[in-house]
Parts: sequence; C-alpha cells; structure tokens
Amino acid sequence: MLGRIRHMIIKEFLQMRRDRHARFRLLVPPLIQMLIYGYAATFEVYHVSTVVLDLDHTQESRDLVSRFAGSGRFIVQAALSDRRQLIDTIDRGDATVALHIDAGFAELLRKGEGAPLQVILDGTNSNTALIALGYINQIATRFARDYQTDRLSRRRPALVALLPEVRLEQRPWYNPDLNSRWFFVPGVVGSLTMVVVVNLTAFAVVREREIGTLEQIMVTPLRPAELIAGKTIPFFIVGLVEAALITLVGVWWFQVPFQGSVLVLLLGTSLFLLSMLGVGLLISTLCSTQQQAFASNFFFMSPAFLLSGFAFPISSMPAFLQWLTYIDPLRYFLIILRGTFLKGVGLGVLWPQMLAMAVLGATLLTISVLRFRKSLD
Amino acid sequence: MTWYRTVAVGRKEFIQIWRDPRSLMIALFMPIMQMALIGYGVSLDIKHIPVCAFDRESSQESQALLKRFQASEYFNVLRVVDTYRAVAEGVDAGACKLAIVIPSDFSERLRDSSGTTVQAIVDGTDDNSANVAIGYAQAVVSGYSNDVQLDWMRRQGLGQQATVPLRVESRVWFNEDLQSKAFIIPGVVALVMALIGALLSSLTIAREWERGTMEQLISTPVTASEIMVGKLLPYFLIGLVDAALCVTIAVFWFAVPFRGTLGTLLFTTTLFLAVVLGVGYIISVLTRSQLGASQIALIVTLLPTTLLGGFSFPIDQMPAAVRMITYIVYGRYYVSILKAIFLKGAGLSALAPSVLALALYAALIAVLATRAFRKTLD
Repeated sequence: MLGRIRHMIIKEFLQMRRDRHARFRLLVPPLIQMLIYGYAATFEVYHVSTVVLDLDHTQESRDLVSRFAGSGRFIVQAALSDRRQLIDTIDRGDATVALHIDAGFAELLRKGEGAPLQVILDGTNSNTALIALGYINQIATRFARDYQTDRLSRRRPALVALLPEVRLEQRPWYNPDLNSRWFFVPGVVGSLTMVVVVNLTAFAVVREREIGTLEQIMVTPLRPAELIAGKTIPFFIVGLVEAALITLVGVWWFQVPFQGSVLVLLLGTSLFLLSMLGVGLLISTLCSTQQQAFASNFFFMSPAFLLSGFAFPISSMPAFLQWLTYIDPLRYFLIILRGTFLKGVGLGVLWPQMLAMAVLGATLLTISVLRFRKSLD
Repeated sequence: MTWYRTVAVGRKEFIQIWRDPRSLMIALFMPIMQMALIGYGVSLDIKHIPVCAFDRESSQESQALLKRFQASEYFNVLRVVDTYRAVAEGVDAGACKLAIVIPSDFSERLRDSSGTTVQAIVDGTDDNSANVAIGYAQAVVSGYSNDVQLDWMRRQGLGQQATVPLRVESRVWFNEDLQSKAFIIPGVVALVMALIGALLSSLTIAREWERGTMEQLISTPVTASEIMVGKLLPYFLIGLVDAALCVTIAVFWFAVPFRGTLGTLLFTTTLFLAVVLGVGYIISVLTRSQLGASQIALIVTLLPTTLLGGFSFPIDQMPAAVRMITYIVYGRYYVSILKAIFLKGAGLSALAPSVLALALYAALIAVLATRAFRKTLD
C-alpha cells in the first residue's frame, strides 16, 4: 500500500513540475502579493498633504503652523491667501487637511478666550482622516499647554513647576514602532498558503476528470483511500514548503521578528492545511471542468479572505458576520501566525485556535472524502 | 464592419452565457456577494476597544480617570486586574487590546505637581487599530489632565487664566461621520467590473479555440473587429447591469451618499469597462486557454485594482517607488473617480485628469485589441 501511495505521489510531483500553468499559479501571484503587502499595504498616516490659510500673520499663528510641519506627519504644501482657494484645494482633493487661522487669533489667545483653529478634513478616506484628526488634536493640545505654561511663567514663575499634569506613555507591545509590515507579512503566510493549496488540490482531481485520465487511474490496483492519500499528501508537502518559504522571506527580507516556536507554527500550519485540503477536495467533487473549479475557488476564497481578519478587524464587523468568521479556518491560522511571529506565545495561549482548526479540518476532510469516494463509484 | 454581423456575434455570445448557469451566476450573484461581504465585513471603524485596567492606587483621582475611559464609546473597560501578570496575560491572549496602568503614586504626584504618567499598553499586532486606540486614549488623558490643571489654577486664585487658550474646530467634508463604509463601498463597483473582465471576458476567445469552434467562426464572413465588438457587447451590457446593481445596493441598502450625477457615472463606467473588457479580450486572444486566461486576467486586473488602486490602502501613503507604479494601474483612476462621484459629487471637469487617463487607456487598449486578433488558423 505504501509503495502504491509513493508512486502516486511521485506522479503528482512530476505533473506539477511539467505543468506550465501550475508553476505560474504557484510562483507569480504569491510573489506579487508578497511584494505588495510587504511594501505598499499600509494604513499608516505619515505624509498628510496640508494647506494653510493664515490670516493672522503673528508669531503665535506661525508657531502653531510650524508645529504641524515639524511633527513629521503633515506636509505643509502651500500657504494660501483666501478662503476660496482653500475650499478649491479640498474639493479637488489636492490636500487632505486645510488649516484656517483667522485674523485676531493671537489676540484671542492672549485673552484666553479659546482662539479657534479651524480644520477642514477631506473625509473621503475615513481612516486617514480619523488618524490625522487625532494628530491635529495632539498638536493643538500641546500648543495650548505650552502657551499656558509660558503665560504662567511670566506672571507667577514660582507656580510653573507646580502645574499638575497627567501624561500618557504609550507602550505598543509586540510591534513597538507600529509597523504595518509586521501586521501584514505574517498574514500573507496564511493567505498565500490557502490560495496555493486549495488551487492545487482542486485542480489536481478536476484536471484528471476533464482530460479523462481519472478513468485510467481507476483501472489500476489503486484503492480509493490510496488515491485520496496520493492526491493530498503532495499538496500537504507543497503547502508546508510554501509556508516555510514565505516565512523565511518575511523574516530575512522584510525583517519581521519571529518570537515564538517553530514547532508551534508547524503544528498550526499542519492543522490549517487539513482544512485547506478538505476544501480543495470538496471543490473537486463539485466541479467537472477546470473552469468551474476556478470560479468555485474564487467563491470560497473571497469570503474566507475577507472574513479572516487579514486586513480588517473582525471586532469591527456586525455580529452575524462575526459568527460566520468562526467557520473560517484562516481566521484561526492568522491568530496563530501573529501569535508566533510577533507575540511569541505558545500552546498555552493558542490551544483554542489549534483545537478549532483540528475540528474544522477533520469535518471538512471527512465530508470531502465521503463525497469523493462516492464520485468515484 | 457592419452592424448586422456584429449584433449577430453578440447574440450568439449572449445565448451562450445565458445557457451556462455558472457564467450567469458569476455575472449576477458575484456582485451581490462581493457587495454584501465588503459592505458588512470591511470596516476600519473602531469602537468599544476592550480595555483592562490595572489601578495600582485605587484613589479617587485614579478612579475618576478610569471612569472617563468607561464613559467613552471607544473603550469598554472589560476587567480590572490587580497584578501586572494578569495584564500581560490579557494582552497576550488578545482578550484586551489596551491596558491602562495607573502608578501607585498617581494622586500623590498629581498633588505635588511633578506630573504623573499613566501607561497605555497596546496590542500593536494590528498597527492601525493600535494607532487609533492610542489616539483615543491620548484624547481621554489630555482631557482629564486639562481639567485637573484648570481646577488647580482656580484654586491658586488664577481663575481669570483658567481657560483653554486654543480650541480646534474641525469639520469633516464629504464623509461627515467618517464612516469607513462610505470610503470602501464605492470602490466595490470597480472591483466587480475588474472581476467581470477577469472571470468572463477573458474566456471568450480562448473558449472558442479550446472547443474547436474557432474554425467555424473564422470560416464565416465576420471580420476580426466584428468578432471583437460582438463578443464584448454582451459583457459590456452585463457590466452595466452589475454596476447599476452595485450602485443600487450601495445607495439604498448601505446608505452611502451619492452626490454626483448618473450621467458622469455612466460615462466613466463605460470607459473603465472598455479598458477592462479590452484587456480581458487581449489576454484571451494571446493565451488561447481558458484557465491560463482567467488566471492572468485575475493577476493583471483584479489584484492591482484592489491592492494598488487605492481601494483600501491609500496611495498617497505608499512609498514613492510604489506610487509611481500605481500610475499604470488603470483601476486607480476609476476608483478615485468613483469615490469623488459618490462622496464629493464631482462632475466631469473636476475629474478631468483621471477621465483623460482612462480615455487614453481605452484608446490604447482598443488599438492593441484590434491588432491582437487575426483571422488565421495557426
């Protein structure tokens, strides 16, 4: 029996090596995605294009504006001269933030009457606008505080040192610089492994059925269980290799730390692959042409990807979708990936995810094997 | 090129789609699925961040600060722990995304006025959520700090100076409530168009070659350009129907504002469809294999449109080299047009640069597509 499975596995690997399309499928999309997610995918807000309309022309107003330029978050593009220009710039989308300081700003500041800094934000990209607004408020708060201290030191210098203050010290754990790459690259290990393994498994069977070679296999002494083993073990190996390669690229090339244990990740990957092999086999029992398999793959992967928490937090989804994410194997795998890469946690923390993937994997594999055997009869 | 023959090719193609339930499902069900998934599932709005608090002092002051976190709709103080270990465990397991640690000398240092520091431990795994959480926490703490200061100044008899000297009056335009769905959903129209190009139009010519019906088609008097236009016509109509479907769902179901005119939307959608279908057609002609064609099309149209087109990741925050690359991603022009039409109500004059870029692309693709296909059998 082992001999027959071995031959079957060798056959699959030969076929993979000689299939131009499979090679393309295996190499190009992963490479492109790896590069894009490593270099381009970010929600970070660093250079917010900003225009300024300063009608006050005082030292105070200039000081405030220079704090924006000096923060490293805002790129002050132009100093405008009237309100009309400001509205145009935002309308055209040439700037995301417009600061408007009216004449009399310094006067109101001196009187302590709450001098207004008018801010207009282009909210089209809600996330950028929200984060920019946070930075604006921080700069304004600091400006107000410094101004207050300054004024106090001129009138009652002795009291300045006594002014009470509460500061917030931020300590991001696991990703101290809040680098997007550290968030996305471990995720890519999961999403690409999913794409590659489901694709390969689904096509391996459907192709034989389409070309008619499945019948040839049926007349060999190969038993159904052996056929299934022969059709899954190679892709299990490919999946492990793929995951290992992407992990290495992530660690060596993109410098994402790997804090946890390789064995925990290996266990997680193996359990995840069970589900993916199950899905691949299931798709292959539902389709009779490669074209159909391609479309079915898309129908599975698109929701599996969107609901996994790869880019968009699950906690922001409505309740019924959050429930749906519990049957998404990728959801658990991403927690394991980020847990081992960034947090360095082990089985003590990750066992619920392992268990969930084991259950999902066993269920999916059982269903698909049952269906698969039936489709062979 | 005669209209009569073109329409005949179009009718044949249409009947073929109509009788293939899977194509039909891709054409009609897929836009709805994408719209529902993305409309509900893709959100960056962060509220009710699970917080655990480690109050080492438990004084009136520290409790007052924690109450402010509890009162904010952005935070949800899940548990109050009493060891640092419990904080670490909570953050490790992902049970809380933010931990507030108040030092044991909090009120004392607040009184003797050397200033006191509260620690915010954030789960930085998801850098964006962490950033937003820090911003909100910062606002809560500085609000508290301000009130403490004002209170103190009043007690020192500096009442006339106990005011906030500066206030920020912010107005958000175009997406007043900063909802991420208003930012994401308009882009789904582009995504669906790109998918139709990838999953449907890329197959038209390849299918004829694979099934051997190309020889029959070539032996008829239809010219190459009639085949092209005729074959793309049904997909063009499907694309328009899907666009209408998406816009309807976006506006009436997800309540995304639509401030532009339908005319502008129709015109720009036509341009983008021409590009996407043309690209699918060229790929189909060149690969002659259905599977290869749809895979290449997915990589050439869908992947760049979603990842580099500004669909979710803002282009202006990408590194300069990647930003240059996005100029050749035609999806970026349409995505920005869609967002401007939906949220800003932009007309053609405001959209001129993007529309021009799309038009150039369409012209280029049209030339390439007519040249790509020859009525020969080799």
